[in-house]
Amino acid sequence: MAVDRDTVAAIARLARIRVSAEQQDALAGELSNILGWIEQLGELDTEGVEPMTSVVAVELPLRPDEVTDGGKRDQVLVNGPEATEAFFVVPKVVE
Amino acid sequence: MSELTSLGLAEARDLLADGKATAKELTEAHVAALETVRPLNAMITETPELALAMAEASDKRRAAGAAGIMDGLPIAMKDLFCTEGVLTTAGSHILDGFIPPYESTVSGNLWKAGAVMLGKANMDEFAMGSSNMTSYYGPVESPWRRPGDNRPLVPGGSSGGSAALVAARAALAATGTDTGGSIRQPAAFCGIVGLKPTYGRCSRWGVVAFASSLDQAGPLTRSVRDAALMLRAMAGYDPKDSTSVDRPVPDYEQALTGDVRGLKVGIPKEYRLDGMPPEIETLWQQGIAWLKDAGAEIRDISLPHTHYALPTYYIVAPAEASSNLARYDGVKFGLREEGADLTEMYEATRGEGFGAEVKRRVLIGTYVLSAGYYDAYYNKARRVRTLILNDFVEAFREVDTVLTPTAPFDAFPIGEKMDDPLAMYLNDVFTVPASLAGLPGISLPAGLSGNGLPLGLQLIGRAFDEETVLRTAEVLERAAAFDALPPVLA
Repeated sequence: MAVDRDTVAAIARLARIRVSAEQQDALAGELSNILGWIEQLGELDTEGVEPMTSVVAVELPLRPDEVTDGGKRDQVLVNGPEATEAFFVVPKVVE
Repeated sequence: MSELTSLGLAEARDLLADGKATAKELTEAHVAALETVRPLNAMITETPELALAMAEASDKRRAAGAAGIMDGLPIAMKDLFCTEGVLTTAGSHILDGFIPPYESTVSGNLWKAGAVMLGKANMDEFAMGSSNMTSYYGPVESPWRRPGDNRPLVPGGSSGGSAALVAARAALAATGTDTGGSIRQPAAFCGIVGLKPTYGRCSRWGVVAFASSLDQAGPLTRSVRDAALMLRAMAGYDPKDSTSVDRPVPDYEQALTGDVRGLKVGIPKEYRLDGMPPEIETLWQQGIAWLKDAGAEIRDISLPHTHYALPTYYIVAPAEASSNLARYDGVKFGLREEGADLTEMYEATRGEGFGAEVKRRVLIGTYVLSAGYYDAYYNKARRVRTLILNDFVEAFREVDTVLTPTAPFDAFPIGEKMDDPLAMYLNDVFTVPASLAGLPGISLPAGLSGNGLPLGLQLIGRAFDEETVLRTAEVLERAAAFDALPPVLA
């Protein structure tokens, strides 16, 4: 499947990654090559094969629904690029 | 190279236990060694003061009779493991200034066993790469050179800094992580041992996530015994990682009996690639002969879906990466680039903070997960992954371990293959199948290429049968008697 620059722009928008116009052209070629190569999987008949969900057969463990950690607001905020009092600061979202 | 830095991990342990050196002396020797190999760019953050403090604490523990299994042994930590109070970058610009307020379970296990941290090792950005060229902190140079050719070579990747430091004798051992070959391939390129354990053997908690269904931590060391020792310290059940498996951690060194008589070793015909250098095939045949001489039974086997492993991996891993890397948004940690509104801030931050290979993979992942393509790509890949696992399940009815080359070529000069992602992906053609199947795999140095560079052999085992893999690897290690040293030594 060939990917054009509009498709690159659309995926980049979905992924929230700014991609310059020049990069869009380069990426269109690279992604087309990679996706073209990936498409060889189409040769395989996978009818009736279960998609893998877990590589090692394990039952997910359960634990009592109790608080085991917390009270670390300051530690959570400490790595934020901008934080004030008890909040992360972001550009204005609601007018 | 001083006497103390030329030791193996287990040898150094024995030396400390016998009172012939102190953890402080051993650590000082390695701190000095690190300074001499700085031109390799193998460390992102050196932590000499912390190392010496940990070493002094270790000597006190030993004096009090409370030494752990790795007490006083200085190691490098791949910069993908969160370390409390120490910058953790994942080789990415987007994690600028991130100082974790918590410790990853695996690194915590190592400190509990008494190990000493020398610093945080350079790596491909978010562990995406096979050359260590994608690091925001610059490429790592391998301590190896082609004789008569001074061009710097790649150490492999993504655990390239870890492998270079261990090969150059600047760390006794190092941690790595392996998603599609990121421990085994750099180990092969640098002439050391690299072990990827079974998926679930080591906790992933606190390890910066790349592809969660594949990522697994493991040791890079200079011998099979050292790998056995270090895995024991790293492994174990962790309630904080629901995919870590609750089964006892054996003393892996006990498995190193030197006896492989009657062991059935599978040779998969699909690992013979068109255009593969003849020396890779020759090395493989040599490995077969060594095991046969040691009394193992060699069986030709088929893993029929091998050819499809790499394209499957390049759907599954980017899909998971695109999801995992959504957390880097300029809000909670790391880099922020300003934008007029929230979406622009996200786009600017991620556009600036991610390197070219990471962007490529996040975009591929976003594409294969997007509406209309999810079934055709992602679900298809998950189905093929089941077929690849089934191949191994069938094979392991007949054999106890599988022997293959680790990589289809030796180390290449820094800068090569960067303009062709598909050529770069081929580095992992022999390591990706075991990753997709979650199986343990080890690479050990088995000979030199025509270029005078290390080549590795890989052994793959049944799930949670690291012991057979290690036992067989140690027999091969003795037969190969690999003792070549890189020209750059601390």
